Amino acid sequence: MTTFDLNDDSVVVIIGSGAGGGTLGNELAQRGAKVVVLEAGGRHEIADFVNDEWASFTQLAWSDTRTTGGSWRVAKDFPNLPAWIVKAVGGSTTHWAGASLRFAEHEFRTRTHYGAIEGANLADWPITLAELEPYYARAEDKMGVTGTNGIPRLPGNNNYKVLAAGAKKLGYKEFHTGNMAINSEPRADRASCHQLGFCFQGCKMGAKWSTLYTEIPAGEETGRLEVRPNSMAIRIEHDAAGRATGVVYADAEGRQQRQRARVVSVAGNSIESPRLLLNSASAKFPDGMANSSGQVGRNYMRHTTGSVYAVFDRPVHMYRGTTMAGIIRDESRHDPKRGFAGGYELETLSLGVPFMAAFLEPGAWGRGFTSAMDAYDRMAGLWIVGEDLPQERNRITLDSKVKDRNGMPVASVHFDDHRNDLAMRDHAYQQGRALYEAVGATRTFETTPYPSTHNLGTNRMSANARDGVVDKWGKAHDLPNLYVSDGSQFTSGAACNPTLTIVALAIRQAEHIAGRMARGEV
Amino acid sequence: MREVDKRTTVRRRVFLRGAATAPAAAAAVAAGMTIAPNAAWAADLKAVKPNTMTVLARAARDIYPHDQLADRYYIAAVLPYDDQAAKDAALKSLLEEGAAQLDAEAKKRFGRDYIRVGSEEQRVQVLQAVEKSAFFQKLRGDLVVSLYNQKEVWPKLGYEGSSYEHGGYIRRGFDDIDWLPEA
Repeated sequence: MTTFDLNDDSVVVIIGSGAGGGTLGNELAQRGAKVVVLEAGGRHEIADFVNDEWASFTQLAWSDTRTTGGSWRVAKDFPNLPAWIVKAVGGSTTHWAGASLRFAEHEFRTRTHYGAIEGANLADWPITLAELEPYYARAEDKMGVTGTNGIPRLPGNNNYKVLAAGAKKLGYKEFHTGNMAINSEPRADRASCHQLGFCFQGCKMGAKWSTLYTEIPAGEETGRLEVRPNSMAIRIEHDAAGRATGVVYADAEGRQQRQRARVVSVAGNSIESPRLLLNSASAKFPDGMANSSGQVGRNYMRHTTGSVYAVFDRPVHMYRGTTMAGIIRDESRHDPKRGFAGGYELETLSLGVPFMAAFLEPGAWGRGFTSAMDAYDRMAGLWIVGEDLPQERNRITLDSKVKDRNGMPVASVHFDDHRNDLAMRDHAYQQGRALYEAVGATRTFETTPYPSTHNLGTNRMSANARDGVVDKWGKAHDLPNLYVSDGSQFTSGAACNPTLTIVALAIRQAEHIAGRMARGEV
Repeated sequence: MREVDKRTTVRRRVFLRGAATAPAAAAAVAAGMTIAPNAAWAADLKAVKPNTMTVLARAARDIYPHDQLADRYYIAAVLPYDDQAAKDAALKSLLEEGAAQLDAEAKKRFGRDYIRVGSEEQRVQVLQAVEKSAFFQKLRGDLVVSLYNQKEVWPKLGYEGSSYEHGGYIRRGFDDIDWLPEA
């Protein structure tokens, strides 16, 4: 396996190996660049994955301490677990459900379409759907998304069949088993889905796309990509001219190392990426690296989520098969007549008994709760994925009191729902209940949002340097060779799962960086 | 539709692995163990008083009552506290004082120790009186994992657990629902 010298300053250093970092790394290596990927977590291959919710959580989840604030309920129920994401090679592509949706045109231009909304920091992206479409197409092909490129959709499981029957009763038109980066037939040397029911725990079939066993080994095969697991980035360094020069990280033994770099990419997800930039403050960048706008860490979005679980008089066994087994898209339009801007998707979701006990109604006890658990095998469930509005005060800051094992301040995550978010969630809960009641549900539950899996927006893209952190290529406005390559560059969140857009942006960014390197600009 | 067999598999001794948040030490719980005053299984513990442990088990059952679960699942959920308390004096006093508080509340309201209050509704009133306490929050929070992460509990709630070794559900009923109107 290729290794690069710590003093080799011709390498691109990418922090994070998930959808953004893993894809960027491979795409750059394919184009001839030398790449070092620093991954905070360990490397757990497909054979290591376990069909066991808590054991898998212990293996994969990012459980390093974070703190929380704000009125969101996660801060009360899970004060040190604001996000349910992954610390491992492959990042959250090991855990994600596989839903791969393109943004709609209006979702790139929310300020234009939604207008000024009080309390919201809406802005148009500096790119359009038309500019991203070719990269969406390449991402869908790379990831093997069902319903694209002639790839058949997955078969619907029991949970989907309940959803679809209810959708039909409500008069919904656009519902199907989704556009999923899960092989419905063998493709790209990976097996097809065997309906294990443990998508969130790492796909033991390897049927679901993850950078762990696609992009990363493909990059390694070029001999130009090195992944360093258990390498926690501590700060990015720069020279007097304001050019990023390398990354200091703690290795597996906790020793500090310095990897020199030609280009640095930050792809640590929307909590760690701004944290790293803020922890990289210096005399030249007193408020944090790339933060002349003051927007680093702000506009934190996590989607307007929530679940509806419904109990029936007859069995469903929702846990059998694909976790996110189908989608209803009718509500994803922007239609202010419903009382809110933006839209939402309804997607099936299932939890096993261990996680259902933890998340159905956090804090609940007694027979009201246990009678719901007794009906576990008669339950169907869905998850709401709605666009939440960026707000400046929803932000990642450095905790002034709590430090990690390397002595660095941890991230503090503050979130308050915007009234638009509350109105949307309420609408979605009502539709979810109505859907299940239409096919005979005897009891329904409005389940509060889980710790966030879609963390977005904290290093937003903007046309003008004063309004955001990165430009239309994900390049920091303030530095010539620092990029952001994860969902933190999103200017808005859209009503769709973010991974496809992260991958499309990473492919596009790789072309851009490779071009600049070829031209000697970096 | 393929149903899940909810009957107990007959085994002389069931070894319940500690949950993710419980200590690594395994707690061995026998099939015949029940929650009662002066229970023999609680008589010989390392750190926690016998009465405290039986109160914890009774409270566990009252917090998450599943009538199809035998007492031993609740005993298995709280027994790991003994190992933990042996190494953690603060936990030990939280549990001892919390159990004593339950007894005191039960005596005040119903004139007898918590475990001797016969009515579940009355015991629940006692629990509601202490529901904000650190003791109750700790016990309830731990039970979410120590009870519901027992693999033997899963089939009793109709959950089948790991599927990979069985080839997933592709030929085992992932789409066998037969009572819906045509979608």
